[in-house]
Amino acid sequence: MDSGLSNPTVGAEDPPVFTKILIAGGFGVGKTTLVGTISEIRPLRTEEELTDVGVGVDDVAAVEHKTTTTVAMDFGRITFPRGVVLYLFGTPGQERFWFMWDELALGALGAVVLADTRRLVDCFASVDYFERRETPFIVAANCFDGAPEYDPVDIRDALDLDPDVPVLLCDARRKESVKEVLIASVTHSLARHWSASC
Amino acid sequence: MTSGGEMWLDRDAGPVVRSYALTRGRSRPPGATLGLIDVVAAVSSSAMSTRGLGPEHRRLLDLCRAPAAVADLASEIDLPLGVVRVLLGDLCEHGLVSVVSTTRRSVPQESVLRSVLDGLRAL
Repeated sequence: MDSGLSNPTVGAEDPPVFTKILIAGGFGVGKTTLVGTISEIRPLRTEEELTDVGVGVDDVAAVEHKTTTTVAMDFGRITFPRGVVLYLFGTPGQERFWFMWDELALGALGAVVLADTRRLVDCFASVDYFERRETPFIVAANCFDGAPEYDPVDIRDALDLDPDVPVLLCDARRKESVKEVLIASVTHSLARHWSASC
Repeated sequence: MTSGGEMWLDRDAGPVVRSYALTRGRSRPPGATLGLIDVVAAVSSSAMSTRGLGPEHRRLLDLCRAPAAVADLASEIDLPLGVVRVLLGDLCEHGLVSVVSTTRRSVPQESVLRSVLDGLRAL
């Protein structure tokens, strides 16, 4: 039987190039806002059997635990010319969804760890994850109204980041700001690409 | 009585058919699990049999007439990812769709990074 797997028959004139950036960070840090500010946001559900729901304690205590649960993921898409599409995936913040991270990170161009300077501790897990996985990541501190403004240097120190990890301040509600964040992420990935090939 | 036969359930009531029913109880696709942004495209040959396919299979097949990412298909058809993967696995087994994995490389090519960078700058 013809498997079809090696038989690309559609779109040969302009084969699509799909890539993705992960948006990570603690619960309520503005991941959904960031994705919605820059991209066409789309509903995406994943339904997983959760047999170990009691293991992690999560911040959303009101969420009912069931044996099967539907998780809504932040999912955005930016379409560029020549068939290039950038997908943005918000990583589910709660610990019980960590099993999804490996898949989300696989083949990702890079990651943005969104931080809230009032709760920096919330992004330790994300930073740790991308460091271990060697996924190129940047840290973007979302400047909430009323939150004290920190120097990126202080944020770098507090998170004990490697010197080459870019840290910037952003406003997830402003398109220009989010654009800068994504540009910083891709630029960092390119730099990593070069240093790896040298 | 209204003649139109009002709906008793709307989307807020949740799915009328449970996800597992759509996959006939399967939680894993028949072949390899597809990545979120793997590219799926319907194979243009119409000689392939579509017997045994359910309406969701057919909708998916229709949606990937133009190459589409798995995540896009799941979003479009409004079914959970796990279900869509099983259904796409069926289509793959029937030879009705082709799949190009975008995650075979752990890091995207430099040309891809450059295209994205140019695209972002032009936004």
